[in-house]
Amino acid sequence: MTKKLLQVEELQTEFTRDKQKTRILHGVNFHINEGEVLGLVGESGCGKSLTSLSIMRLFQGTTGEITNGNIYFNDSNLVNLSDYEMRKLRGKQMAMIFQDPMTSLNPVMKIGKQLTEPIRVHLKLNKSEAREHAIAMLTKVGIARPDEIVDEYPHQLSGGMRQRVMIAMAMSCNPNLLIADEPTTALDVTIQAQILELMKKLQKEEKMSILLITHDLGVVAEMCDRVVVMYAGKVVEEASVYDLFENPKHPYSKGLIASVPKLGEKKDKLDSIKGNVPNPSNMPKGCKFAPRCNMAMPICHEQEPACLAIENDRLCSCWLYELETR
Amino acid sequence: MNSVSIDKNEKTVSMQPKYSPVKEFWKNFRKQKVAFIASVFVLLLILVAILAPYIAPFDPYKPNYDALLEPPSKSHLAGTDEYGRDILSRLIMGTRISLSVSFASVFLGMILGTILGLMSGYFGGWLDRIIMRSSDVLFSFPDLLLAIAIVAILGPGLNNVIIAVTVFGIPSFARLVRGATLEAKENTYVEAAKSMGAPHRRIMYKHIFPETVSSLIIFVTMRIGTAILAASSLSFLGLGASPETPEWGVMLSTGRDYLGTASHVVIVPGIAIFLTVLAFNLIGDGLRDVLDPKTKND
Amino acid sequence: MSNTILRVEKLKKSFELSNGFFEKKKTIQAVSDVSFEIQKGETFSLVGESGCGKSTTGRLISRLLEPTEGSIWIDGMEVSNKKESQLKQMRQSVQMIFQDPYASLNPRMKVKEIIAEPLTIHTNLSTSERQKKVLEILEVVGLSEYHSERYAHEFSGGQRQRIGIARALIMKPQLIIADEPVSALDVSIQSQILNLLKDLQREYGISYLFISHDLSVVEHISDNIGVMYLGAIVESGPKDTVFANPQHPYTKALLSSVPVANPRLRKEKIILKGDIPSPKNPPSGCTFHTRCPFAMDICKKEKPKRQQLQEENHFASCHLLDQ
Repeated sequence: MTKKLLQVEELQTEFTRDKQKTRILHGVNFHINEGEVLGLVGESGCGKSLTSLSIMRLFQGTTGEITNGNIYFNDSNLVNLSDYEMRKLRGKQMAMIFQDPMTSLNPVMKIGKQLTEPIRVHLKLNKSEAREHAIAMLTKVGIARPDEIVDEYPHQLSGGMRQRVMIAMAMSCNPNLLIADEPTTALDVTIQAQILELMKKLQKEEKMSILLITHDLGVVAEMCDRVVVMYAGKVVEEASVYDLFENPKHPYSKGLIASVPKLGEKKDKLDSIKGNVPNPSNMPKGCKFAPRCNMAMPICHEQEPACLAIENDRLCSCWLYELETR
Repeated sequence: MNSVSIDKNEKTVSMQPKYSPVKEFWKNFRKQKVAFIASVFVLLLILVAILAPYIAPFDPYKPNYDALLEPPSKSHLAGTDEYGRDILSRLIMGTRISLSVSFASVFLGMILGTILGLMSGYFGGWLDRIIMRSSDVLFSFPDLLLAIAIVAILGPGLNNVIIAVTVFGIPSFARLVRGATLEAKENTYVEAAKSMGAPHRRIMYKHIFPETVSSLIIFVTMRIGTAILAASSLSFLGLGASPETPEWGVMLSTGRDYLGTASHVVIVPGIAIFLTVLAFNLIGDGLRDVLDPKTKND
Repeated sequence: MSNTILRVEKLKKSFELSNGFFEKKKTIQAVSDVSFEIQKGETFSLVGESGCGKSTTGRLISRLLEPTEGSIWIDGMEVSNKKESQLKQMRQSVQMIFQDPYASLNPRMKVKEIIAEPLTIHTNLSTSERQKKVLEILEVVGLSEYHSERYAHEFSGGQRQRIGIARALIMKPQLIIADEPVSALDVSIQSQILNLLKDLQREYGISYLFISHDLSVVEHISDNIGVMYLGAIVESGPKDTVFANPQHPYTKALLSSVPVANPRLRKEKIILKGDIPSPKNPPSGCTFHTRCPFAMDICKKEKPKRQQLQEENHFASCHLLDQ
């Protein structure tokens, strides 16, 4: 039995605006096994990024708060940890990389200084040891002339290089879990291929788990072992990457996969999902996908379906299967 | 045309209330309590200015040698001046003069400055350089000194005060609008309008000018306060209204000899100037918080 | 009457960049060598990575930018040497769709004003006639009268892009230049818009110049494509030929880099080394030689010539083809 590294249970996160609470995450459930790459897919506004921020508890400057649910990581429940304990965990046992490396790097601080800071805090190394470690990390992520790069500023690097620096920074304390939020979305295809290749290589070498958040199904198919599909703040389907792409169960996953134009596929008309993602402050009743679903039944507009195991290791939250299994 | 078969997927009509920029503005502006009170005060002032001849209890010009420099009393609520004229009545008439002088000069300055700023920012190049260098020259004079120089050339009088205050307002407006224009010009919808072949005038008027309006409104309110001060100062220095005119600056100026004996002659118009300028500035601050959220909470 | 709607020949654009007061002015070659043709009712796609000059090319053709050299012919008329005042005809027959559906619609105008803007500029129709046309076109792009009285920011990205398409469509243009029209949209919305664009082409015979970095989208929508790298088209030809039998090493690498949405097809990729060079300081010879896995000595020295390949209309510029 593979060990679960992270388990998210019934996670609810809300934002307050003008004294009004808006729930963005409506009870998210999933887990990541050790040494696994889990993809978290969905369209903008589905809450996939917020899920990662909730796990890391990075809400500074916002009104976001976790209102319900548990996040088990290495047997401790992150929801119960104090801010201080969370800080000790972040960067050391779990680290994160973001979509836009420019905004997550400090523009007025040299690369080396930004890299050595977490190393010195978490690994308790002295200045010169930390610098050596930083250079070693830069070499590891495939940066040429690392001993010069440490003394440069972020704006002197290209987008791909910056993302490599971010990865080096995230990897510097050997985390068990790397959360990558759209790590290649801002990059060009040929650079994206480089970064994905690097992440794959590092994941194999370090045997860490990766939570890969992306809207790009191509990236998911390339990288992940298992996939969680989110829609409007809930998990609608969870399956192995092969099962999901070959035999998607939830109508939303089906629609999503069918609507991507694929290289080498000749189709005159793409399939598409009608309508738009619902507004979080004005969610439809019942199944949140029902208004856009081709197969919606009367019950779908009334009641929310539960998330059920439909096959081995597969979960799907849809009335079609719920009625079947009964 | 209707033969095309296109999935009309997105026709999901949500029943949200219709968005209206004016309503949105009111909703937010009412939350600015201080600015709201200040604007009530200004509205009152405007009302007083309009109705001045009807609500003034006495003739503001007619001397009364039986009641010279009387302190405030029941019959003369703000007292009388050195010719026995009722100060309250003069103040009320003065509201009309001060407000019309400052409104006229600010709006003239705004119109000219906006046109220059729009052209300068939109066309750039040599036109921009000429306009901006000329306004730099005007900027290099201290505000009031420039106005004094202009009045000195044109001769004293309220109309010339208007011209002077207008001229020293133009460069500030031009610079403000130019900045907003440079920013607005970068919007893709401006490029879209160009790609449709929209003439320059249309792009400036329909796509760029509306972007500058909110900063203009804020600046105009602030500027009115400044203009009142400037016009009063010019009159105080004897360059504006003639000595018998009930203008606030003139009242201060003629009254300063009696500061020791009958201080109300100076204090009353002084307070009027102070409150009015303060009110306009407070409104400006409030408007900025509502219209320009970028600079909020700093 | 020829069937070519757009012909571009040896298009060049350089920008002057002043580096402060004392330094010498630098020129950036944003577009250094672009030639292609679009036939009526056809879609030609320019594809490439950031900084390759594909958007600049689109803006040169729509005359938002002045070309430094080269010529542009639209429907048999040369427009590259004309002044803005002589472009009235072209401003009606060529329309644009932009990438960002948020920034390309004026937030202070109602949807009906936005869509009617080309009519306001080019025709003397009365308000009610314009209104009628707007409603017609809204119907065509899958929106309704309800949308016309509102402001654009009240709608989602997909709906806004439909508004942008309606605006481009209202003059019944012959050519639409679409600059990354779907890259800001979610996949499920992206496919709605792509289908709409195809339907409109079939119905009205519009030609598209489609600018995109997304090869899967490009493969879906185009008839012909041109692959750009650092300001020049390195390979062009019919879509099927280029995708099935790419000849330029850059095209090969680009195609191989695209993540495939099928986990059974994980394959070894051609990973290019290094970054895209800056157009401020382009490499000598073939601009791709710094990243090319097959670079030879000659690549550093000489610019490769554009050559006709075996199949019709298939061109590429690479020294490897000489051997």
